[in-house]
Amino acid sequence: MSEEKWTTVIKPKNKLLEVNIRELWDYKDLISLFIKRNITTQFKQTILGPLWFVVQPALTVIMYMIVFGGIAGIPTDGVPRPLFYLAGTCMWQYFADCLTKTSNTFVDNAGIFGKVYFPRLAVPLANVISNLLRFGIQLGLFLIVYAIYVLIGNHEAHFTWYALLFPVLVLMMAGLALGFGIIISSMTTKYRDLQVLFSFLVSLWMYATPIVYPLSQTKSMFWNGVQVHTLMCLNPVTPIIETFKYGFLGCGEFVGWRWLIYSFVFMTVLLALGIVVFNRVQKNFMDTV
Amino acid sequence: MSIAIEFNNISKLYRLGLVSTGTLAHDLKRWWTINVRREEDPYLKIGETNDRSTKGESDYVWALKDIDFKVEQGDVVGIIGKNGAGKSTLLKLLSKVTAPTTGEIRAKGRIGSLLEVGTGFHPEMTGRENIYMNGAILGMTKPEITRKLDEIIDFSGCERYIDTPVKRYSSGMMVRLGFAVAAHLDPEILVVDEVLAVGDAEFQKKAIGKMQDVSRGEGRTVLFVSHNMTAVKQLCKSGIVLANGKISYSGTAEKAIEKYLGINAEATKTPLSIRTDRIGDGKIKVVDITLHNKNNQIVTEAFVGQYLKIEFKVEVNADIDPSKLIVGCLLYDPYGTLVMQWASDEMVHDFSNVTSGSFFLEIPALNMRPNAYSMYVQLSLGTTAPEDFCDAIHSAFILNVMNDSFFLEGVNIRPNRGYTALLQGKYFTDP
Repeated sequence: MSEEKWTTVIKPKNKLLEVNIRELWDYKDLISLFIKRNITTQFKQTILGPLWFVVQPALTVIMYMIVFGGIAGIPTDGVPRPLFYLAGTCMWQYFADCLTKTSNTFVDNAGIFGKVYFPRLAVPLANVISNLLRFGIQLGLFLIVYAIYVLIGNHEAHFTWYALLFPVLVLMMAGLALGFGIIISSMTTKYRDLQVLFSFLVSLWMYATPIVYPLSQTKSMFWNGVQVHTLMCLNPVTPIIETFKYGFLGCGEFVGWRWLIYSFVFMTVLLALGIVVFNRVQKNFMDTV
Repeated sequence: MSIAIEFNNISKLYRLGLVSTGTLAHDLKRWWTINVRREEDPYLKIGETNDRSTKGESDYVWALKDIDFKVEQGDVVGIIGKNGAGKSTLLKLLSKVTAPTTGEIRAKGRIGSLLEVGTGFHPEMTGRENIYMNGAILGMTKPEITRKLDEIIDFSGCERYIDTPVKRYSSGMMVRLGFAVAAHLDPEILVVDEVLAVGDAEFQKKAIGKMQDVSRGEGRTVLFVSHNMTAVKQLCKSGIVLANGKISYSGTAEKAIEKYLGINAEATKTPLSIRTDRIGDGKIKVVDITLHNKNNQIVTEAFVGQYLKIEFKVEVNADIDPSKLIVGCLLYDPYGTLVMQWASDEMVHDFSNVTSGSFFLEIPALNMRPNAYSMYVQLSLGTTAPEDFCDAIHSAFILNVMNDSFFLEGVNIRPNRGYTALLQGKYFTDP
């Protein structure tokens, strides 16, 4: 009887690196339905609907212009303030949205996870992908404002070849958010402390990333003999944001391939680690969540 | 026949109580012993048997302990047991919602689970969208759902509402839609947990029919958890009785049901006068029940169609007005269905003499199929509202009705056919 062909074997623990990509692929329809659900249900019974995607960054930018531009007087590398803030906000918002949504995967979906099995990774994956729509719309807003500045405001369009890196940058953002998010979600199933910690850590993180100020400002600053610029670049989101701004607005200077590759490697390792941790937790999370 | 599912020594440990710093301390100690000292999990040893009603010493209980059984392909297995016996945990393990603490489950083929119908329904999405969503969650592909869409909508009987958000649905409609999707899933192994509890009679019949088709016609294996013994009896070939996380019986469905109901009938082994599982203020209590035949002899069993007198011995503990006493005597069949009721307020009887110590219920002819009926007795004063209860006790007595002739002297009727009432009648043809 031992040589019978079992198709399913359920054991207490998985092997460490047993990530069933094929299984995830089998559920691709589910992922696409999750994406569709995330998008279509977001603005049911609202009047402005997807317009909220535009209102949100617009208000944020106005606020930044008052606080950081007006009151604090932080320069923006010669780029018009609305454009500078909008570029940063779009990118950061995508990262932050993906991260917060992903980090709540287990807690938010406890009901459905408790009833039926499907690869749990489908949920955060769908989140990251469906957030692209919002990102796209906000990017569209950015480009429209950009075009208005060029056509009416006589601002000189300043694209660089690095703008071509855009798809890679988005991929890196998504990867980082997914990686961090699933690690946090795995850790918060039992102890919710981290969830509280994380919700405000994300908002603090934004200030450690050059969103409301240019990275060039930190060139001349030192902390214990280390260039603050270097410390800033250790934040894996910094090189991505900077490359985006340099590519599209031509502001500041390129952070260097070295940092961009660092960020990419960071993302890959984090994502791999995240998947391993997530995989371990998903088997028993129902008992603790 | 080949084996479809195999449970090898499956156990599942749960920690009770709240997640707190205490849990953290346990987790750290567990981590330390397993990963640093390379020893066995210290908390596995102190797990206790899962008995819901008693207070335990340990914070850990075995929801399931050493579950070991095999299911043949095409078999329909009913899993029965009291609340908290571990039935749902067992199905959760099989459907991979959570992993076992020890042991291994091996299965052949796709496992589809119906732990709760309508899983993943999004209230804002329409019925049609939710069919796709739910189907995909259960493991169907888009083309598969599209192919069966008409069938699913038809089966659910919700065609008119199919493009309306499900938040506008009644709860019954939601269940119908959910079950319709699940019923059209084609897994080799289907895991079903209490889905028939909701939905109207028509739909329940449809659902049971569909499950029968699935198992009989299509040769799939079904594991079915239910408290509805009639459904288990109708659907299942074999049965497993779980008690306190262990298998207490495994065999044919009918035998399993008998065993399970036997567990419930345990109570009647205690003399009625000292039983405590009763409600009411106890001003007047039933302390003994005996049966008499037409010759006024005490008997232990009743016979189909014959005279029966039931004597209720009572104990009066307070100064009451016996003329206000209302007595109810109800009979339930083994599946818990109410089949007979003698209520004294409907029959208008004055119990003024009850202080003598007994009252009787006389049945001229017991027109009931042979079976073991469980008797519920209720004494109340003035009204039948619960606050006026003096004494109410379930399974006060098991009335065994034995087979006998009914229509014609000397010709025994068939044993229990799933219904109770017998009515005199006869066929004749014009001469």
